[in-house]
Amino acid sequence: MKSDFLRRFLKNRLALSGLIIVLFFFLVSFFAPLISPHDPAEIDRDNILSSPSWEYVFGTDKTGRDVFSRMVYGSRISLKVGFVAVGISLIIGIFIGAVAGYYGGIADAIVMRFVDVMLCFPAFFLILAVIAILEPSIWNIMIVIGITGWMGIARLVRAEFLTLKERDFVLAAKAQGVGGMRIIFRHILPNAMGPILVAATLGVAGAILTESALSFLGIGIQPPTPSWGNILTEGKDTIDIAPWLSLYPGLAILVTVLGYNLLGEGIRDAMDPRLREGGAEK
Amino acid sequence: MIEQNKKISVESESVIEVKELAISYETRKGEVPAVRGVSFQVGRGETLGIVGESGCGKSTIALSIVGSLGKNGRFANGSINFLGEELIGRSFDDLRRIRGNEIAMVYQDPTQALNPALKLGRQLAEVLTTHQDISFEGAWQQSIKMLEQVRIPDPDQVMHRYPHQVSGGQKQRVVIAMALLTNPSLLIMDEPTTALDVTIEAQVLDLVDDLKNDFDTAIIFISHNLGVVARVCGNIAVMYAGVMVEKGPIEKVFASPLHPYTKGLLDCIPKLGMTKTTSQLIPIKGRVPVPAEITEESCIFYPRCDFREDVCNNSQPEFLWGDGDHGTRCFFTNVISKKSKKRKVVKKSEVERPDGSATSIDNDILLSIDHLKVYYSHKSNVSYFSKKKFVKAVDDVSLNIKEGETLGIVGESGCGKSTLARGVIGLEDVTGGGGDFLGFDLSVPLSNRNIEFIREIQMVFQNPDSTLNPSYSVGKQIARPVKRFGIVPRRSVDEEVYRLLSAVHLAEHYYGRYPRQLSGGEKQRVGIARALASRPDLVIMDEPLSALDVSVQASVINFLLELQETQKTTMIFIAHDLSVVRYLADDVAVMYMGQIVERGPADAIYAPSYHSYTEALLSAVPIPDPAITKKRIRLLGEVQSSINPPTGCRFSTRCQRREMLLDNGKLCEREGPQWQRSEKGNWILCHIPVVELSQVEPIVHGRGKGAKSKLRPARARY
Repeated sequence: MKSDFLRRFLKNRLALSGLIIVLFFFLVSFFAPLISPHDPAEIDRDNILSSPSWEYVFGTDKTGRDVFSRMVYGSRISLKVGFVAVGISLIIGIFIGAVAGYYGGIADAIVMRFVDVMLCFPAFFLILAVIAILEPSIWNIMIVIGITGWMGIARLVRAEFLTLKERDFVLAAKAQGVGGMRIIFRHILPNAMGPILVAATLGVAGAILTESALSFLGIGIQPPTPSWGNILTEGKDTIDIAPWLSLYPGLAILVTVLGYNLLGEGIRDAMDPRLREGGAEK
Repeated sequence: MIEQNKKISVESESVIEVKELAISYETRKGEVPAVRGVSFQVGRGETLGIVGESGCGKSTIALSIVGSLGKNGRFANGSINFLGEELIGRSFDDLRRIRGNEIAMVYQDPTQALNPALKLGRQLAEVLTTHQDISFEGAWQQSIKMLEQVRIPDPDQVMHRYPHQVSGGQKQRVVIAMALLTNPSLLIMDEPTTALDVTIEAQVLDLVDDLKNDFDTAIIFISHNLGVVARVCGNIAVMYAGVMVEKGPIEKVFASPLHPYTKGLLDCIPKLGMTKTTSQLIPIKGRVPVPAEITEESCIFYPRCDFREDVCNNSQPEFLWGDGDHGTRCFFTNVISKKSKKRKVVKKSEVERPDGSATSIDNDILLSIDHLKVYYSHKSNVSYFSKKKFVKAVDDVSLNIKEGETLGIVGESGCGKSTLARGVIGLEDVTGGGGDFLGFDLSVPLSNRNIEFIREIQMVFQNPDSTLNPSYSVGKQIARPVKRFGIVPRRSVDEEVYRLLSAVHLAEHYYGRYPRQLSGGEKQRVGIARALASRPDLVIMDEPLSALDVSVQASVINFLLELQETQKTTMIFIAHDLSVVRYLADDVAVMYMGQIVERGPADAIYAPSYHSYTEALLSAVPIPDPAITKKRIRLLGEVQSSINPPTGCRFSTRCQRREMLLDNGKLCEREGPQWQRSEKGNWILCHIPVVELSQVEPIVHGRGKGAKSKLRPARARY
């Protein structure tokens, strides 16, 4: 099945391009010091708002900093926020969903009503409010995005557990006297990882988008630390004379989010061939 | 019946004639042949049974006739002539017109064949209004008539119901009625009774039998169950790995099979009456080849054949007609037919218990279940405050199992047999009563049980596809209980796993395999190895065979017997197949609606005096031998819900023996019966005096010898 999975995944061009995009940004952020020609904070007073040139590939901003270098370093922020926030969501979501799905009954009812309540808050405004009270640091942003984004994963995990817990191998483990937590994490969870992985990949895209939006509004990553969102925000004041300032970060956000979404959907399709190829082989 | 069929076939032209049909599927490994060299014809009023194990191409034939092979299916050769018209190569629209009017199909699962959102009447009438120029009112009336013909009581009412409001057997009748509405020339039934309980199956088979007289439809009846085919078909075609290996009138094929595969199939199923001490099942060695393994050079059955010679490896046998209308695809037909006249019945006298047959009385009681009750609370949707109701899944069951023996538990689905097993092992909480197992109290919930207690009871599950955890290798899954219960020192865990693998006849390299790489039979064996890993005293088997093909089933049965001989394991064997239970079990308990209605030694259960429910179950078992006639007992209605069991005797609403009592058994509705013991040693829960029950005629009549021989047909018949 694993080789089948790879074959189906590699056959899907969109999924493959998603993977390439994601890998590309990974490499960029990893090798940021090598790639960027300037220090992202270095100010060149002679080249303020200069248009793209050989010296400054993406041009410079209104304080004369190299946009390309800032973009390269900004990709680190996006990646970090995306993965850490989703990691937090996963930990909360898997635990809550697994407990609700496996134990059922009252535990399920209480936990899922809590999920419903959480979903009632407009997440983005909740984040705005929290960040407005706390100081907007990268860690706060990651944590807040993480703890407002686990509900979907919890529901998904619960649904998976509801069907998996009825399978005979779970009964077999119970019949051997294996305890609840062990059954949840050792016996059931590995079988639910597929859909969780898909949700996580799509979640990364969402988190990156949220971080960019926060930074654009000025309550995300604070300058001078570069992030795609705050580069974009600086660009908006000068969009009529220096459109590259807004264009490149905007494109970067778009392509990254698209990449994660394509990758996530590609994994989903490759895992469940019925969605694509149609007609079971008899 | 067979003579009659033949007469008709001589008079009328065939409805469908398939010649040299070959179908292949496109896959990424290239074109894979699914069906090859299939020829048959079915005339009006004739019934052709197509049998074979899973994956042998039965359904592909059916799909090719109705033109729904799917995108990757392709006709490689041959013709399908239907009422003088060639079906292969026709456009989809043509096929749809012919199919709807003249070819009808009944599928395995009636719940999926009916639209849950529409009333049955609407669905039935629609069949007519789309295909014929008829008013809705007229179609409605015609549908009611058709429902009457498929013996549905109160058809007016049923027309106004939704699918979920009628029972499974009724649903399948509605589906059959729907298929017959347009009076098709050809009716294809693909495993129509596989999803049904044995008593309901018997009713549907009766219906199919009657339909042959009422309609002159040609029927193709596809089934994996030889007993079912023997019950309704005039002719039979045996498929193996996509090739039709034998074809002929049912009597001849069953009496003297010409192909080694047919012979193998007949030898590997336990007939009702065979027991582990009188005869041995002979499994077919190896397994059905996957399409990619099939070569054109050798006989398709060569790798598994007991009669093979060199010539079989070098050339493929043609289909030859042997005895008139009975033909096969084999070089050594003569040898096989001679051998099959005298059936191999291997007596296991030497392998019998070393200390003789009287052991059963002396063995200690390992498990005693004492008035065990398992209730589920039933959530009422009507009101939040309404009284809590209970499903009495197991209600007051008492049983004893002796060490080293096998207790068979039989009953229809929903009778509580699985719940009883789960109650014993602790997977369900016990509501009342209890029992004793090696000094442990059965009513203790699993989480509070002593680790020794847990170790000594293990379970084998029904579904081979879900019994193993897909995420771990076979070896790891077997190693877990070994480590958990500290069976062997840590460093020799792997050794122990290899030992267990070899005990279930799996080679060492299976250690690293994942469940998805195994076949159903192999998975089930790994499941058994896992259950045995803790070296339990009691193994509960919950329908371990029902999802397996018959040849695989035989090897698992043999292997279970071997285990019991070598390890003295005590087993509770739950099954709905009464022949298998008879074969394996020392003691049998028959369950109905959460209660045991009859229990005792196996041979006593399967002979009068019967409980009337046991009698009906036995009568419903399809026997793979057309020469055997059975008394036909059909129960009224279907199993009722255990939420509101009938007062008095629970079986009173369906019992066919009530007339033996005064007032047609008014007593049965008022009072619950008491246990009575028969001379043979079985206990019966019934009001009718056991002396009268023992006068009842036995169910099965053997060939010629009369009723008396019925209990030992394994010897008497062959």
